[in-house]
Amino acid sequence: MKKVYGSAKEALDGLLFDGMFIAAGGFGLCGIPELLIDALVESGVKDLTIASNNCGVDGFGLGKLLDTKQIKKMMSSYVGENAEFMRQYLSGELELEFNPQGTLAERMRAGGHGIPGFYTKTGVGTVIAEGKEHKDFNGETYILERGIFADVSIVKAWKADESGNAIFRKTARNFNPPAAMCGKVCLMEVEEIVPVGSLDPDQIHLPGIYVHRLIKGEHEKRIEQRTVRKREA
Amino acid sequence: MWDRNQMAARAAKELKDGTYVNLGIGIPTLVPNFIPEGVTVTLQSENGMLGMGPFPYEGDEDPDLINAGKQTITEVPNTAYFDSATSFGMIRGGKIAMAILGAMEVAENGDLANWMIPGKLVKGMGGAMDLVAGVKRVVVVMDHANKHGESKVLKECTLPLTGKGVVDRIISNMGVMDVVPGGLKIVELADGVTEAELRAATEATIVD
Repeated sequence: MKKVYGSAKEALDGLLFDGMFIAAGGFGLCGIPELLIDALVESGVKDLTIASNNCGVDGFGLGKLLDTKQIKKMMSSYVGENAEFMRQYLSGELELEFNPQGTLAERMRAGGHGIPGFYTKTGVGTVIAEGKEHKDFNGETYILERGIFADVSIVKAWKADESGNAIFRKTARNFNPPAAMCGKVCLMEVEEIVPVGSLDPDQIHLPGIYVHRLIKGEHEKRIEQRTVRKREA
Repeated sequence: MWDRNQMAARAAKELKDGTYVNLGIGIPTLVPNFIPEGVTVTLQSENGMLGMGPFPYEGDEDPDLINAGKQTITEVPNTAYFDSATSFGMIRGGKIAMAILGAMEVAENGDLANWMIPGKLVKGMGGAMDLVAGVKRVVVVMDHANKHGESKVLKECTLPLTGKGVVDRIISNMGVMDVVPGGLKIVELADGVTEAELRAATEATIVD
C-alpha cells in the first residue's frame, strides 16, 4: 500500500466533490496544511463546509479559499483575523457555526474514536447551549455535543515515515491529530518523509493508521504575531 | 486605585507554588512579571503547551512555537507539547488549578461575559468558555467601570455570557471581591480607595 504521493494535487485526486465536509488542522497560521489548501484552491471545489479552529488571514491559509468563495460554512472558535471573512459573513454569503475551542477539538477527537456524541459543561447557560440536549450528572448540568465525521481531513506534520507514522513539532501539533482522526480519508503534508524504520516507534505522535495519503513540500510558515524581547547588552 | 501593573501584581499573589495556571490576554499577560519569590507555576497555553516561556530574543522566533494569542514565545526546561484535544481535556478535566482572565462584565452570581458585544464584529469565544467551565478557580482582572464610568460589576450581565456562575474572585482597579452566596464580599481595597467608594462604584449586591 503506497501512501506517498507526488504532489498535493495528486493526493486530492478522486476525493473532491462540491458540498463536501473537510476537517483542517492548524491553530492560527501555525501548523496549517498550506500545500493542500493551495491545491483545494486550484481544484475549484466549492460549497465546502470546513471545521477548523480559525479561517486563516486575508490571503493566506484558509483565507485563500474565502477569496475564491469556495467555502459555504465554517465551524470555528475564533475568526477575528480576517476582514474578508467578516465581509462574507455579514453579507450572508458565509455561514458560521461557533464552537468553543475545546468542544471543537473534542468533537473531532470523538468522531475519530467512533463516538457520535458526548456531554460537556462548556457553554452551559450560554448561546452555545441553545437547542442542545441538557442532562444532569452528579448534580451538574451538561450539554450534548456531537462528534465530527468529515469526508476528508487535511493536516500538517513535521515529519513522517513512508507508512504515515507522524511526528509534530512544538505547538504546530495543535488541532492536527484530532482533525486527522475524524476524516474518512486523511491527507497529510510534511516537511520531510523518512524511510520506514528510521523513526523511534516510541516517539510517534500519530500512528500511520490515521494517514492515508502523504506528501512532502516547502512551507512558508508565516508568523502571525511576531513578538520578541531585546537582548540584554 | 491600582494601575494595570498593580492589578497584575495583586493577581500574581493568587498563584500557589507548584500549580498549573492559564493566563488570558490583556492584563493577565503581565502577571508572570510579578510572580512572588519562592513560587513556581507552570503556565498552560491552550493551543497545546505546558511550560510557556517569555517572548524570544530577536532572531530566535520560531513559527512552530506560539501562544494562544498567536504570539511567538519560548519554551522552559519542563515544557511539554500536546494536541488541542488533550489540552482541553486537561482544562475540562479540572487539572488546571486557576485561570486569570479579563472581563467585560461580571455579575454578583459569578456570571462572566467576555467574548462578544452584539452589533459589533463577532470574533469568537476561542477557548474562554472551555476555560471558565473547566478550570478549578477563575480569577477575573478588570477595570471596575467602563469608559462612561458605569459599573462593570453588575447584578446581572447584559452581554452574552461566557459562563454561568463561574467567577470565584474579582480583582479590579478598586480592590478585590469574592463571589459568595447572596452577592460579592469585599476582600481588599486598592491603595487610596475607601470601602464607601468601592460600594458606590459597584452595582452588584455587596454582602458583609
